[in-house]
Amino acid sequence: MAPKKLGLKQRYAHMTRGLDWETSYQPMDAVYPFDSFEGIKIKDWSAWEDPFRLTMDAYWKFQGEKERKLYAVLDAFAQNNGQTGISDARYANVLKLFLTGVSPLEYQAHRGFAFAGRHLRGVGPRVACQMQSLDELRHVQTQIHTISHYNKYFDGISEFRHMHDRVWYLSVPKSFFDDARSAGPFEYMIAIGFAFEYVLTNLLFVPFMSGAAYNGDMSTVTFGFSAQSDESRHMTLGIEVIKFLLEQHPDNLPIVQKWVDKWFWRGHRVLGLVAMMMDYMLPKPVMSWKEAWEIYFTEAGGSLFTDLARYGLKVPKYADVATAEAEHISHQNWAIFYQYTHAAGFHTWMPDKAHLDWLSEKYPNTFDKYYRPRWEMWAEMEKQGKRFYNNALPQLCQTCQIPMGYTEPGDPTTIAFRCSEVDGETYHFCSDGCKDIFDGEPEKYAQSWLPVHQIFQGNCGGATVPDVLNWYRMNVGADNMDYVGSPDEKLWNEWHAGKVRDAV
Amino acid sequence: MAQIASITLLHNDDARPIIEAILADNPGVRVLNMPGAVKLDRDDELVINRASVEERLGRSWEPQEIQLVLISMAGNLDEDDDHFTLSWKH
Repeated sequence: MAPKKLGLKQRYAHMTRGLDWETSYQPMDAVYPFDSFEGIKIKDWSAWEDPFRLTMDAYWKFQGEKERKLYAVLDAFAQNNGQTGISDARYANVLKLFLTGVSPLEYQAHRGFAFAGRHLRGVGPRVACQMQSLDELRHVQTQIHTISHYNKYFDGISEFRHMHDRVWYLSVPKSFFDDARSAGPFEYMIAIGFAFEYVLTNLLFVPFMSGAAYNGDMSTVTFGFSAQSDESRHMTLGIEVIKFLLEQHPDNLPIVQKWVDKWFWRGHRVLGLVAMMMDYMLPKPVMSWKEAWEIYFTEAGGSLFTDLARYGLKVPKYADVATAEAEHISHQNWAIFYQYTHAAGFHTWMPDKAHLDWLSEKYPNTFDKYYRPRWEMWAEMEKQGKRFYNNALPQLCQTCQIPMGYTEPGDPTTIAFRCSEVDGETYHFCSDGCKDIFDGEPEKYAQSWLPVHQIFQGNCGGATVPDVLNWYRMNVGADNMDYVGSPDEKLWNEWHAGKVRDAV
Repeated sequence: MAQIASITLLHNDDARPIIEAILADNPGVRVLNMPGAVKLDRDDELVINRASVEERLGRSWEPQEIQLVLISMAGNLDEDDDHFTLSWKH
């Protein structure tokens, strides 16, 4: 009689348990030096469950298949000149921001999960972290491969890695991950595994990638959804981490709550860039940031936090403020980039009338009242040859590193401004959320590498804007400034004039 | 407010039998179509049954194969040889 095949749950148990051992040459605490200083108490590592029950052999099988599908699409896109079929060349600017701002975070996540997997002493989370670490490496590689095709035609892409470590707005996502990776392994797991993966990445990889599909970019939507299928596993790891920590010891609750509050707010600030990409940078928009926030935070997050309430965990502090900001954040960010277009590695523009009407419809409470008149005024100034540039370097928030352009909760006409004093120095913040985070760990955030401060200290190539742009390796006149008048626009118009000519 | 169990799948031929199985086996399921993707929501619980997918697909199918068309999900996951269930029930 043939032996009966093991069930999924049994296979998973055999393939993930008993892989670890008690060390004998060195004490366990010396081998795992980082899993106690954060104050988290673990009684029983074997209580860890991975609901996907994915074993390494199945992991390789499925990942290999996903890669084959993805690369078939990338090849087809390149062979068929897919870049000429996107909705408009303005679209390429989301890819510039994605590759310079997001893809390097995938690499950071790869490093971070390798570290967490090494330093957590339970075998279940070690296996899950190992898979996630490999996933994240796959994500950065597939994103670079995909967008490298666009680099053959469009500006602002080629120096993405150099720019990520230097350019002022890229310090926002970079410092987010630096913050997580310089924390202990448990905080890292809550920061990235739970707050970022479970609560926030849907907002980037689902509606935004659907937008890529709608704008004719079949290569990006394919890497996006291929990455997001891994994210579903990561989300499951994130929720498992939080349940595991909360079940292990009641003393873990206040520590975890503080991390959830912190990383929700940090993630919310970083995702403001995605808000702007969805509302302004997709020539054919699919869903407003506000609608995406309602689906993925209010509705999905609401279900999740209702579930976690049984452990005593509360909805993140300032979730109500973040929800109110969904009415404003994309507009305020686009205003910042429009004013500083000379120092940005992608193009900006004022939306045309059809796009303004779409925004008016999607933001009936705020757009016509606070933002449309400003856009119409700036468009008028452009026509008169007085295009508005902000030539002063902005004050930055010490925590999120975004220019202090956000407004007071409940008062969109007053800039929010908070500060804390530590050892005779004053630190500035864009919000109560960012101030609270600083006040919780001032020794950490007092050391932040703030781009504007660094420029003033002479650490960024020189004292003038051209010096700094040169240090960024920005190709001035091609990578920066408005879309209208750019080499990207010229190329696009030539392609399309060619299509019409060939058709006649 | 009801807790929403949810799954988002690629809108392609590989996912179609799974989408159809979900629609058949989960009364009250709500469908949100997006370019390239479809999001299926249901209060409290959403189930994918292996037998229902196999019936539509005409071949054997393991629930783990869902990874090839999965985009996102919400709910506590219980996966075994014959089902893939997302639920907020305890």
